[in-house]
Parts: sequence; C-alpha cells; structure tokens
Amino acid sequence: MSEPLLRVREIHTYYGDSYVLQGVSLELHEGRIVAILGRNGMGKTTLIRSVAGLTPPRRGDVIFKGRPLRDQPPYAIAQQGMAIVPQGRRIFRSLSVRENLLLPTSRLARPAAGAGARRTRWDLDGILEEFPQLAERIDHPGGTLSGGEQQMLAVGRALMANPDLILMDEPSEGLAPLLVRQIERIMQSVRKHGHSILLVEQNFELAMSVADHIHVLASGRFVFQGTPGALSREGEVLDHHLGVSGRR
Amino acid sequence: MTSSAVLQAINGTSLAALLFLLASGFTLTFGLLRVVNMAHGAYYLLGGYVGLTVAERTGSFALAILGGGASIVVLGYLIDRFLIRHTGDNHLAQVLLTVGVAFVIGDVSLAVWGGDSLKVPVPVALRGAMELPGGLVYPTYRFVLILFGILVGAALWILYRKTQIGAVVRAGVDDREQVSATGINIDRLFALVSALASFLAGMAGVVGGAFLTLYPGADWEILVVALVVVIVGGLGSLEGAMLGALIVGLLDAYGRWLLPEFSYFVLFGPMAVLLLVRPRGIFGRDV
Repeated sequence: MSEPLLRVREIHTYYGDSYVLQGVSLELHEGRIVAILGRNGMGKTTLIRSVAGLTPPRRGDVIFKGRPLRDQPPYAIAQQGMAIVPQGRRIFRSLSVRENLLLPTSRLARPAAGAGARRTRWDLDGILEEFPQLAERIDHPGGTLSGGEQQMLAVGRALMANPDLILMDEPSEGLAPLLVRQIERIMQSVRKHGHSILLVEQNFELAMSVADHIHVLASGRFVFQGTPGALSREGEVLDHHLGVSGRR
Repeated sequence: MTSSAVLQAINGTSLAALLFLLASGFTLTFGLLRVVNMAHGAYYLLGGYVGLTVAERTGSFALAILGGGASIVVLGYLIDRFLIRHTGDNHLAQVLLTVGVAFVIGDVSLAVWGGDSLKVPVPVALRGAMELPGGLVYPTYRFVLILFGILVGAALWILYRKTQIGAVVRAGVDDREQVSATGINIDRLFALVSALASFLAGMAGVVGGAFLTLYPGADWEILVVALVVVIVGGLGSLEGAMLGALIVGLLDAYGRWLLPEFSYFVLFGPMAVLLLVRPRGIFGRDV
C-alpha cells in the first residue's frame, strides 16, 4: 500500500499537567474519511490539536505527506495542505462572511508550492455555489450568523485553503438533525472533490455513515479500530465506550 | 465669546489629531498583540528629538517626520524582539518592563538633547497664521495638523477595514490561534503592526514637537492623555481611538479655557463617569 497522507505514530500529548493522549497511532490514506469516536473528555479534540500543531505532542510523530511535522508552528503545517474546522466553529466574528472565506487566500497565508495541486481549486464562487446560504449573507459579520450557517462558513473557510487534509472537530455539535444531514452530504461531496477528512465526533450515526474507518478513543487510547461494519458488531465497545448499545 | 469658542474647538481638534496619531498605534498593538506598551510616550519624545536633529541637519520637515518614525520602528522592533516577547501574556510584567524602558529612553534623551524645551522647526509655509472663513485668524501649522490627522486617520481606516491585510489583523484580534491555524504567520503580522505603531508614535513626536515642544517629562504627559483616549474609546478599537481623541482634545481645550484650575479634572472626571456606564470604553468589547 502507498504511503498514507497522514500517519500518527505513538503520540503522547499533555494538556497543561494532564496526560491526555497516551500513545495513539493512526493512518489516513488519500481520499478517505477516518472518524474518531468517543465520549467527552477522552482526548478527541487534543488529537486534532496535536495533528495541527496547536498542542504539539511531547513524544511520538505526526507525519504528513511523508514528512514529520515535529517542531513546526501551526501556520507552517497549515501551509503544507492541512485545514481545520475547529470545535465551536471559531468564525472570525468581526469579519464579514466574504472576509472569513478569503482569509486563507491572503498573501500572508500563501501555501507551499504544490499543495492541493491535483484537484479542484476552490474559489469564492465555487464555495458560494456549494453553500448557497452563505451567498445570501456574504456581507454580514460572521458573528451574526446562525449556528448552522457558521458551520457552513467554517467548512467553506477550510476548503478555500485547498487543503489535502481537513481536520473536523465535532461539526455536528449543536446542530438540528436536518443540518447534521446537510453536514453529512457536504462531507461526502468534499471527499468526492478529493479531500481527505479526519473527523472527530460524538454523533455516532454521522460517523458511521460517512467514515471509511473508525477509531474509538477512551481515556487517551484507542480501544477499537476498524470499519463501521466491524464496529457495529462490537457490542462491548458500543456499550462501554459509546453508550449506544440500546439503539442497536 | 463665540469666536473664542470656535477657536477652542479648532484647538481641541488639532490636539485630537496629534493624540490620534499616538493612540491609534497603542490601541492596535494592544488589540492584536495584547501588549500594553507604556514606552509609547517615550517613543513619542525620542521620535521627536530624532526628528528635531534631522530637521536641523537637513532643513527638511518631511525628512524629520520620516526619520523620527523610522528610528522608532528600529528601536521598537528591538524592544519587542528582545524584551517584551519574554513577558508572554503577563500584562503586569509588560507594564513594569515598558515603564522601565521608558525611563531609560527618557534619561538617554536628557543626556543627548538636554533639559531645555526644544521646538522642531517647521517649513516656512506652515509658519505664521492664516485667516479662516468667518474672519478667524489661526496658526497655519495647527490647522494643517488637523488635515494631516484626518488624512492619516482615513488611510489607517481604509487599511484596517477595507484591505485584506486589515482583515487579517482584525481576524487576529478576534482569534489569534485560529489565524495561525489558517496558515498565517502571526509573528510576521505582529511585527508589521508593531512597526506601524512605532512609526506613528515617532512621527507623532515630530509633529507634536513642532507646537507643544519637546522637554523631559513630555513623554509622560502625552502618555497619560493618550491612555485616556484609548480607555475612553475602547482598547483595541481604531474607531474608538478616533472618537476618543476628539473627545479628549475638545475636553482639554474647553477645560483649559473655561475651568483652567480644574483642567485635569475635566479630563479624568468624564472618563470616570464613562467607565461606570461602559467599563470597556465606547467601542470596547470583551477581550
């Protein structure tokens, strides 16, 4: 098999004094969606932050496109073709929708040569076609958008960087079921455009329906890794670590 | 009476123009870098002295402005890079450190330029007085200063509100971490904004030194008033610095005219009342 797009090797990450990720490894191949499931406080967000360089691991390696990211600042990692849709969206609230979307295209954010060269180039028109709600609010401040619109904007902003890999931290959080289904469709469409996704979720159904591969995180370690089909047969994992056995 | 009132309005506005030059840099560096730089007054004074020397050597007021601004860009960069950076997010440490830096700059300036009140020479065309519509006679320089302040204010506003680099700076005020996760080298952005603020402070010293004169202690006097501007307008807000400068400039002018023995109270009294109603200033918001 070819070299994975992202390889996380035995990372140990601390958040302040607490030992959050206790030796986590995973692989993500080009064009795939890998989901991390787990309850609150199990280290899901820390995993995303470790990969993005926002909370660098103390031990272990994150290898992106064959190159270790050790000691690189977040902006340099982002410029190599990684974008984040962070928990809580983190829209720039005083910037208009347009300014939010154009931020990754700023000269100060010029990506490394060759990043994202192989696929669709996203531009403002393409994003507004994909997310028509944003076109209607294009000159409104980001802070005045609804939760659903902010989520679309966060995804659109990530796509504008034309990344190879998108890190998504709980995109369904706080959204009505109808909007969760829209997020699901968007992820599938994003994958069709050739982007890979590392998804962190609490929404079991969402992860099961979009992911090619699922890891279950509990207290800083993976307690399961495999396909969604395999996970659905793991009664113990479902019951203990995800609390979904009753619905299966 | 009415013509005096109009005169004081112009006086206040021209002081406001000067205060805006100083306060805009202070407020932008706070908004983006979260750095409280109390050496801003010293930057003003030193920039003024350097400009004075440049003006005396070259006879050019424009070169004096550029020289005063540029010298503070260099000094400010060194102070940021080698001193302030080590304070992290500790505002108390920043205040103590930069007050110390301000004392050092003040003493060195005293040793070099002496203790007399010095005036930056202005071009002949800006000396003397001009007649304004309505028959008012007013010093040309201070009137041109108002126009200059408006010009700089408009340029800064367009840069901040209408350009992509301005959008990056505003994004940095909102959420620094997310800006770097978007692929933007935030350190380079900080250096750019910091250089702009330093230039404005040094330039303000030259411009202010041409009518308020330069003397030991002028650094602290102007800093206190600029801080009132920033606090009234709201820390981190460019529009706040504009409005704050106008309010403080006018209060100062009318205070000195109507209640000369209470001129400091006229400045600080309204500020205290305003802070009771709006603790973060007129345009301030949670940071």
